[in-house]
Amino acid sequence: MRVEAKLLLGLGVFFGVMCAVYWNWSLENAGGVMMFAGMLLCFLPGGYYYFWSRRMKARPEDDPQATPAQGAGVVGAFPGTSIWPFTLGMGAFFSVLALVFGIWFLVPGLGLVFWAVLGGTSEGRRGGRV
Amino acid sequence: MTDVLERPLHLEEPDHHEHHGPSGLLKWLTTTDHKVIGLSYTVTSVILLVIGGAFAEIIRAQLASPNGTLVSLAQYNELFTMHGSVMIYLFAGPFAFGGLANIIVPIQVGAPDMAFPRLNALSYWLYLTGSITMLLGFFTAGGAANFGWVAYAPLSNSINTPGAGADLWIGGLLLTGFSAIFTGVNLVATIFYLRAPGMTMFRMPIFTWNMLVTAILILLAFPVLTAGLIMLYADRHFGTHIFSVAGGGVPVLWQHIFWFWGHPEVYILALPFFGMATEIFAVFSRKPVFGYKGMIFATITIAALSLGVWAHHMFTTGVVLLPFFSIMSLLIAVPTGIKIFNWIGTMWRGQVWFSTAMLMAIGFLVTFLVGGLTGVYLASPPLDFFTHDTYFVVAHFHSVVMALVLAGMGGLYYWGPKVTGYMLNERIGKIQFWFLFVGTQVFTMPLYLVGLRGMPRRMAIYPHDPQWKFLNDVSSLGAVLIGISTILFVVNLVVSWKKYPAGDNPWDAQTLEWFTTSPPPHHNFYRLPPIRSERPTWDYNHPEHHAVPHGQHVEPVLTTGESK
Ligand code: HEM
Ligand SMILES: [Cu+2]
Repeated sequence: MRVEAKLLLGLGVFFGVMCAVYWNWSLENAGGVMMFAGMLLCFLPGGYYYFWSRRMKARPEDDPQATPAQGAGVVGAFPGTSIWPFTLGMGAFFSVLALVFGIWFLVPGLGLVFWAVLGGTSEGRRGGRV
Repeated sequence: MTDVLERPLHLEEPDHHEHHGPSGLLKWLTTTDHKVIGLSYTVTSVILLVIGGAFAEIIRAQLASPNGTLVSLAQYNELFTMHGSVMIYLFAGPFAFGGLANIIVPIQVGAPDMAFPRLNALSYWLYLTGSITMLLGFFTAGGAANFGWVAYAPLSNSINTPGAGADLWIGGLLLTGFSAIFTGVNLVATIFYLRAPGMTMFRMPIFTWNMLVTAILILLAFPVLTAGLIMLYADRHFGTHIFSVAGGGVPVLWQHIFWFWGHPEVYILALPFFGMATEIFAVFSRKPVFGYKGMIFATITIAALSLGVWAHHMFTTGVVLLPFFSIMSLLIAVPTGIKIFNWIGTMWRGQVWFSTAMLMAIGFLVTFLVGGLTGVYLASPPLDFFTHDTYFVVAHFHSVVMALVLAGMGGLYYWGPKVTGYMLNERIGKIQFWFLFVGTQVFTMPLYLVGLRGMPRRMAIYPHDPQWKFLNDVSSLGAVLIGISTILFVVNLVVSWKKYPAGDNPWDAQTLEWFTTSPPPHHNFYRLPPIRSERPTWDYNHPEHHAVPHGQHVEPVLTTGESK
């Protein structure tokens, strides 16, 4: 976790310095705000990783001497197949078409989104199905 | 069903644990396997490359004579807009981070899949529907979007560009924008949380490193574009005046927002291809990457600087801080130069094997050098004032993007066997390379010259000047050569279809993806080697030496007609 944290915090510091120089020199707000937001976006996860990297011992993937055996055990639960991403994608598609071809496209659009949210959530709870 | 995965320990091949899921169309619709999704991405984006390339060929045909009548002036506007948009938004990025990276990164770090497989599938569906949405513009009454791929205000407002085509362009980009953001999240989480034991950050292959940095850039840049598009849509339809002077808005604000995404986007496009070329140089020089850590720090530096250079696209607006953006842009040349030296250093005194992939990578290096150097000119405001909006700029960025196409082709020849289990024909591949490489130079060089002579971009017709006409003809000839190379690629796919089985490690490569089978099994690995350096597969296959003395390599022989 150390390296991950340092990478993000380092980028955040760099954007902070760049933002200070740019904003004071140019007095142009759009770029200043965007760089400031960029800095925050690095500090948020970077700070989180830094916090945890100091509290937990090195994971096998952070240990240069780790053997494959050390990584044995559960990695995580991976869904085999799922129809819900497709349903959600189609819902988003119709919703965007509503921006162009008329508001009634929102009926299938949001309907599919809602259905996918329900389906996907319950699939996650049940542990998924084909 | 859900697989609760345990990392396998055994060093023998376990019983085939193949996945029993749906097949055919249902498999495509429901898959959450990163390899299948990545392949869908790759195929879709290559089809879009061909579509965008077809637009380019029509553009070049129109420009082959000063008063071309192939297309109308209005159609020409649609063509260059959609050519640029398809290539940038729908081909180059998705090909790299949705296609190859999606397939290769989890395997390179020893993960069973992406961290969020269903989110990954959603990314693909948003990408596919977004691409369809944008192209739907051609079937509407007013035609497709026609304000250039940058959609500058006030040209893009509802008075200057009414019609559904422009709105479809915005809608398509909303969808593909979210798709990119989700892929970015997935790549970061996969790289941070799913690495195999011993795969420390500084043992990850350069391609994975570059994808990590690319993903972080996506997360920093794309939300800005999405926000900008929503503002643009609101201006067009909800009566806001964010970008219009009449209502107290600021048109240049659009340019700031667009390029705050747009310049990082240049590196979101480029870094993955840098990564592909790096892997290819190392494998086909039979050496480790020269200056591994230097390479990583160069990548991070490029990414960091790329957030502070956006207004070099706006020098001529007269309202940006010229020295700041000029200095920052010139600074990017430093880490980029480090990379170029490291690539040469990787090949230096190596046992260079001129496979198609290697030729493509070398072609990338040369072409990118041209594009990078002319970029340094453009970073200087006085020179940019002179060349802005001329064909010099078009030539500059085509040197860059065609270099990326070369590297991407190299990536397909290099990783294709891993993904499909079959090699492509090397002889056709090399012919394809020469057409693509020579064609690119013949296409771009005259554009530099005609740009310096003042020919503006985005013009369907131009004055009768024999020099301009000649240069345009040569450029169109280059486009024809590039077109032939694309046809040769398709021919190669057909000719080589399931013909040359690849085996697990046809290139005697170095990184983890070459340790598993081709194609890899569901969830990627039956077993993992000990990971003790950034080249675990090489270490495992060559226990006798850490470094191979000069001149002592065994030549690999291929079944595709040629070796070396
Ligand atoms: C077959 C290879 C290609 C040819 C022959 C070609 C040709 C052209 C030409 C002639 C223009 C200028 C049109 C004008 O200003 O009137 C243009 C614009 C452009 N091209 Fe390409 N191109 C090719 C490949 C690519 C690739 C691979 C990309 C990106 C990945 C790309 C991105 C762009 C962009 C962004 C523009 C600017 C569009 C605009 O002005 O709004 N092109 N191309
Ligand atoms: Cu730029």
